[in-house]
Amino acid sequence: MHKITYKREMAEKTVCHLKVEAPRIARKAKPGQFVVLKVNETGERIPLTMGGTDPATGLIDLIFQVVGKSTALMRTLNVGDSIQDIIGPLGKPTHIENLGKVICVGGGTGVAVMYPITKAYKEAGNHVIAIIGSRTKDLLILEDEMKAASHDLRVTTDDGSYGIHGFVTDVLRKILDEQKDVKLIVGIGPVPMMKFLCKLTKEYGVRTMVSLNPIMVDATGMCGACRVTVGGKTKFCCVDGPEFDGHEVDYDELVKRQRAYLTEEKVSMEQFKTAGK
Amino acid sequence: MAEKEEKEKKPKVPRQKMPEQEPKVRARNFNEVPFGYTPELAQLESSRCLQCKKPKCIEGCPVEIDIPAFIKLIQEGDFDGSARKLKERNSLPAVCGRVCPQEDQCEKVCIVGKKDQPVAIGRLERFAADWERTKGTITIPEKAPSTGKKVAVVGSGPAGLTLAGDLILKGHEVTIFEALHKTGGVLIYGIPEFRLPKDIVQSEVNYLEKLGVKVECNCVIGRIETVDEILQEYDAVFLGLGAGLPQFLNVPGENYCGIYSANEYLTRSNLMKAYLFPKYDTPIARGKNVAVFGAGNVAMDSARTALRLGADTVRIIYRRSRDEMPARIEEVHHAEEEGVQFYLLTAPTKFLGDDNGWVTGVECLQMELGEPDESGRRRPVPIKGSEFQLECDLAVVAIGAGPNPLLPTQTQGLELNKRGYIVADLETGKTSKPGVWAGGDIVTGSATVILAMGAGRKAANSIHEYLMNK
Ligand SMILES: Cc1cc2nc3c(=O)[nH]c(=O)nc-3n(C[C@H](O)[C@H](O)[C@H](O)COP(=O)(O)OP(=O)(O)OC[C@H]3O[C@@H](n4cnc5c(N)ncnc54)[C@H](O)[C@@H]3O)c2cc1C
Ligand SMILES: Cc1cc2nc3c(=O)[nH]c(=O)nc-3n(C[C@H](O)[C@H](O)[C@H](O)COP(=O)(O)OP(=O)(O)OC[C@H]3O[C@@H](n4cnc5c(N)ncnc54)[C@H](O)[C@@H]3O)c2cc1C
Ligand code: SF4
Ligand code: FES
Repeated sequence: MHKITYKREMAEKTVCHLKVEAPRIARKAKPGQFVVLKVNETGERIPLTMGGTDPATGLIDLIFQVVGKSTALMRTLNVGDSIQDIIGPLGKPTHIENLGKVICVGGGTGVAVMYPITKAYKEAGNHVIAIIGSRTKDLLILEDEMKAASHDLRVTTDDGSYGIHGFVTDVLRKILDEQKDVKLIVGIGPVPMMKFLCKLTKEYGVRTMVSLNPIMVDATGMCGACRVTVGGKTKFCCVDGPEFDGHEVDYDELVKRQRAYLTEEKVSMEQFKTAGK
Repeated sequence: MAEKEEKEKKPKVPRQKMPEQEPKVRARNFNEVPFGYTPELAQLESSRCLQCKKPKCIEGCPVEIDIPAFIKLIQEGDFDGSARKLKERNSLPAVCGRVCPQEDQCEKVCIVGKKDQPVAIGRLERFAADWERTKGTITIPEKAPSTGKKVAVVGSGPAGLTLAGDLILKGHEVTIFEALHKTGGVLIYGIPEFRLPKDIVQSEVNYLEKLGVKVECNCVIGRIETVDEILQEYDAVFLGLGAGLPQFLNVPGENYCGIYSANEYLTRSNLMKAYLFPKYDTPIARGKNVAVFGAGNVAMDSARTALRLGADTVRIIYRRSRDEMPARIEEVHHAEEEGVQFYLLTAPTKFLGDDNGWVTGVECLQMELGEPDESGRRRPVPIKGSEFQLECDLAVVAIGAGPNPLLPTQTQGLELNKRGYIVADLETGKTSKPGVWAGGDIVTGSATVILAMGAGRKAANSIHEYLMNK
């Protein structure tokens, strides 16, 4: 059992931030790693990236978008409630090194996944430019945190209600036109965003890492639910990733596989809305 | 001479059938297929045992259960005593009575089997163990005084559970670390409810906990802690990791939605209880036309699960012939009775899919048997131009499993073989790394529950000896 000690809702309650007791994981986790959790006996195992960890307090940060039954259920939990099972740290940590100039691009809830990675690149001595974007002002998350974690933060909204009017890729293109010394781009967000981002960075020939989020079950490499095609080869995202060379990923396959259970997800959500469980 | 005498005797009663659910009914539910013997049937069956002076059956049993002795106790009506006798050698009799391939072990060599059908040793084992668990009194054996030594067990499959049970009785402190949120290994995530009810596995683990074994789930060793870190705190480590890495066919289209590894399919259904969706949150695809590749126990379990999840047709597709099918006879028989179809000498060449990325069919080739290969089985060779297509909206790949590299490749000084399995002495379980033992599927490759248990027992003896001399 893992007790919740802090709760904050963001982005018009579409995103929720919990701090949860998981001392062993907090001690071990590195940026880029995730946990799998199961809220209760009947729950599903779902993966969530650790937005932060504090070995001293033994807490881990989970920042998640409410998209379906499990995340909706998690949002109903309050400080003092518990999550039954948390397994981690899982996945390979981000390979952090001092490369010079790095751009971190986060879209939607991907910003939450991006945040610890951005921080780590800055701490490793890189000059970090961060670009975060959302559809509209009220859905933007972690702006202050990202500002502190980078040297230069650019914010975009699709509808122009805040920051720069446009997509993160528009801003990225401008930077790449002006600055020729960018060594690495890290892009995390919805699959279409990552796909277009990689198309762009390929033009400029800049190495790009993305963090993939296929459906997972065990997340220890024993089922293959999370298979993704990278460079024409099948990889298990949970153990070989979640970060991969963005120019090699088959995004169309990933999107299709993510949608495999749309019908069941609807059934679950309907039941949750009517029965509350 | 005694043997000769025995050979000439023939029991007066025939081998007793175990009552079971009707095939048509059971193919649509997840309840256990056989109901088990009643006390009367068990006693009748036990009367068939000749109580041989030189019982062959014991030699056929990988853990050398005193078979005539436990059978005699059933005949005498001392069912609890019979279960205790079983547990002297086998800590999971309720499990083994259900899943052991007795037809290849004890029953294969049973003397009665020479003239008649062999004594139903497995069914009797199951009866005694079930009796004790549900109606009898479970006696907790005496533990040796504490030695102050600590043993860590990684993996809670039959190998790890057996070892833990042995070492706790010898007075050591034992902690099991399990990656999943439930203990039991394949017994809990792989073998379906209708073949091995999960409360049986749970009660075996509860029993170990009563003995004082500590269980820590949700610990992926290699991630949360390395083997070397564990060794700083424990005097010995046993790796009972199983062979959990799924193998795929490596044919085009294999990543279409609706194509599962058997591990994923069975894990969703058994461990996550997706067959009870939406009461349980984990979904599982319910196919109308299901193709299952492979012909081992895992394939049979997948095929029979698909039927229970509402499939209209379920086809087992296997590239060799019936004689080479590795599944237990009983499982093949059960699958056939329930309506699973067999496409033998058939190999898939590619999957077909629709615009949404869902599987719609599979293209197959007809095979014929050629020369024997290294395994001694005749190699299947494709017949040119024999391609044909089968419709399917769900496919399960059950062609075998390998070692999960997550822990082995991260542990320095641990010798692995070419295929990535841990190299360990088969008599002691000792690995190349001091203080580290291994056993079960992670050493032998996919095998059986009883062999994994045997490996756990041997390693327990070796660890005990090591700890007492340390
Ligand atoms: C490595 C990794 C890290 C992630 N980190 C975060 C994070 O930090 N914050 C965040 O908001 N989201 C994250 N996700 C996505 C998150 O796991 C899903 O949003 C969540 O599982 C949805 O569950 P649900 O029941 O609420 O929604 P559902 O209605 O069940 O599903 C909504 C969508 O979420 C995806 N999904 C469903 N079940 C799973 C599953 N078992 N595993 C993965 N995806 C699934 C599917 O694409 C589905 O269409 C991450 C995913 C991965 C693989
Ligand atoms: C579907 C199916 C049906 C079968 N049917 C039969 C049958 O009818 N009869 C029979 O005799 N045999 C059968 N078998 C084979 C039998 O189940 C196995 O041979 C046996 O379970 C092996 O036992 P084990 O202890 O070596 O490993 P497993 O049972 O595989 O257990 C290994 C455990 O270790 C855990 N683990 C792995 N890595 C780590 C890590 N890094 N950290 C922590 N924990 C870890 C795993 O999660 C798992 O729980 C079947 C197998 C399958 C898959
Ligand atoms: S089970 Fe068979 S081999 Fe064993 S003692 Fe009885 S008759 Fe003899
Ligand atoms: S989630 Fe099962 S192998 Fe990756």
